[in-house]
Amino acid sequence: MNRRNALARVAVLMGGTVIGADYFLTSCSSPGKEEAKTDTSGTAGGAKVAFTPTQIGLLDEVGETILPATSTPGAKAAKVGNFMEVMVRDCYKPADQQVFLTGLTRLDQDCQKMQGKAFLACDPAQRTAFLTALDKEQKQFTQNQRKDDPSHYFRMMKELTLLGFFTSEAGATKALRYLPVPGKYDGNVPYKKGDRAWATS
Amino acid sequence: MANLNIDSVKERTFDAIVIGSGMSGGWAAKELTGKGLKTLVVERGRQVEHNKDYPTTNLNPWEFPHGGKVPLAVREANPIASRCYVFKEDAMHFVVKDAEHPYVQEKPFDWIRGYQVGGKSLLWARQTQRWSKYDFEGPARDGFAVDWPIRYDDLAPWYSYVEKFAGISGNRDGLPALPDGEFMPGFPLNAAEDYFRKELKKSHPDRHVISARCAHLSQPQPIHYEQGRVQCQNRVLCQRGCPFGGYFSSNSSTLPWAMKTGHLTLKPDLVVQSILFDEQKGRATGIRVIDTHTKAVTEYYAPVLFVNAGALNTNLLLLNSTSQRFPNGLGNDSGVLGKYVAFHNYSAHISAEYEGLKEFTTDGRNPAGGGYLPRFRNVFKQETDFLRGYATSFGASRGLVQPEHGLGADFKQQLERPALGPWRVQSGMMGETIPKATNYVRLDPTRKDEWGMPLLSISVGYDDNDAKMKQDFFEQFTDMYTKAGFVNIKAVDTGQAPGLDIHEMGGVRMGRDPKTSLLNQWNQLHACPNVYVTDGAAMTSTSTQNPSLTYMALTARAVDHAVRAAKRGDAV
Repeated sequence: MNRRNALARVAVLMGGTVIGADYFLTSCSSPGKEEAKTDTSGTAGGAKVAFTPTQIGLLDEVGETILPATSTPGAKAAKVGNFMEVMVRDCYKPADQQVFLTGLTRLDQDCQKMQGKAFLACDPAQRTAFLTALDKEQKQFTQNQRKDDPSHYFRMMKELTLLGFFTSEAGATKALRYLPVPGKYDGNVPYKKGDRAWATS
Repeated sequence: MANLNIDSVKERTFDAIVIGSGMSGGWAAKELTGKGLKTLVVERGRQVEHNKDYPTTNLNPWEFPHGGKVPLAVREANPIASRCYVFKEDAMHFVVKDAEHPYVQEKPFDWIRGYQVGGKSLLWARQTQRWSKYDFEGPARDGFAVDWPIRYDDLAPWYSYVEKFAGISGNRDGLPALPDGEFMPGFPLNAAEDYFRKELKKSHPDRHVISARCAHLSQPQPIHYEQGRVQCQNRVLCQRGCPFGGYFSSNSSTLPWAMKTGHLTLKPDLVVQSILFDEQKGRATGIRVIDTHTKAVTEYYAPVLFVNAGALNTNLLLLNSTSQRFPNGLGNDSGVLGKYVAFHNYSAHISAEYEGLKEFTTDGRNPAGGGYLPRFRNVFKQETDFLRGYATSFGASRGLVQPEHGLGADFKQQLERPALGPWRVQSGMMGETIPKATNYVRLDPTRKDEWGMPLLSISVGYDDNDAKMKQDFFEQFTDMYTKAGFVNIKAVDTGQAPGLDIHEMGGVRMGRDPKTSLLNQWNQLHACPNVYVTDGAAMTSTSTQNPSLTYMALTARAVDHAVRAAKRGDAV
């Protein structure tokens, strides 16, 4: 009860749990009984995950293509690139970190194949077309994914974009409705279709 | 020098000592100081002062570096704590870390602890149902454990007493299995929860969905304002500590109240190593404590002691308090100390969807969590092939409809203004478990913690009765859901270990016979009556109601007894 709406929304969207955040969705029943490790430094295979400014810029643009600025701010304004770095560094398992890091390179290679140029060289329509195709690919990949296989890199990017955006100040207060102190509970109100969703529940 | 020594002893002597500052320790402190006793409360954890020490209470989602999630390294270092629902980025600082306070699991047991002033009263789920006569009569009627030395009527006035002060919201439902109390208005059921309530009346007239009763101020009274607490603001961020004092915790309520009397001395960061027993006087005289930082050992003295260390830690402390008179632990002539530990079985829940009432939704947030079904199995007589039964939480909420498009402006628009899907309903079982000698805790013979305390070794597991009860829960709720027109029914056996319910009880049980129990009807150790145990350790059986309110009532009642006895000059 009382889990974050943003997280629930991501889970519903992706039709499954959130990579690296699956613990939070199934809070009480996870994680498994693995032995405790003492590594508290947030490292993957001994190497600290750190994105270059270029990579963060790329992730901001990927995020902006997924959640563009409209009448409300987009993912770039919410600095989802920085958010992804923190989450991949601190919350992802090493195998997932590896997939994500490889994905940063693969994204441009895949884009090159489809659009004949790197992602950042594409115009918004080309970016959308490319990521739409990539989204289909990840959906297919996920359907055939075995339980412990790492996820598709774009699935990770999309999930973190959504999570980062809807927990950001811009996302929570402008794209959604954020009311930290409701001061009431009404169990029975008419449902009006088209209302903005709440940022927290 | 001699005078100095005498002065020092004098400074370390109080009218009463309370060990632990959580749910029941806070009440002991309030009651003792309220009756004019100079009281020392020792707490093994750090100070957590109301408001001042709630570092996350007013943080917005974007002010948490990981969007509220716990970093992998923290999760991996704390597999036990990570299984607890409050172990999130906003409240993990209030939960004991696995490595800091190890224990031994003879069988899997997730021991969730909060070592700080206020203990787990900061973190609890705030459900406050009274136990009924059927709970206290249970062991005698069904022939398990031992008979409770008290009945509901003994506790009823004390329930009223603590309810008025703590502040309980709920409706007067008039149900025999769940006595009514001193309530502020209950939080409402939502459309789907109320629908299930009505459907159940038709299909199963003896089963009831009520609004869960909870320790939230829905309509504060003068006594609550006097505590500096105001109306619950429905933030439902309770586990961070509440700046409004909207829910009851030791930190917001009993401890500051006790402090105002001028009779309270609160000493955090002291772990009690043992209770001192004077062989000549034949009574407990005080405690030996270890400073958790400096490891310095000190003694404090008082004629009356209240042990409120938290159920299993109270067992540990008594087991570790040995003397010539009590070589097997304080008060343990019977050999049952540490045995007959029980808990609530939380390992089953069942969800479904309801396609009706789509024209309704909710506004704001419900701190009570929704509905509650008191036990309906074996209440008035034995009717199944398992003993006792279960209470059930019941909640409904509307899910969001998944957008059709994968990304872009339309996709975002649908996320911002999602259509609401069908109602999703969820029920969680809270099953009574049968206390048994084979479910026990003991001191590890060799291993000790950083402060020289023996590690607690826990051997507590499920049994056949639990399995049958769980099966019944699934069958009954499938039937009730089906008759209510719910679809997509999914039963989940979580397989979780005992402990995660955080309702561990017993080991120092109350009873009529010193040969089979540790505590009498006033929560005094039979064999050392100036020591009172009024936390979860005292429970003879577990009932199917949440236990905290009962610990509060037992504590207030025991303090009243102790002070009356002292005034009469009885050798407590």
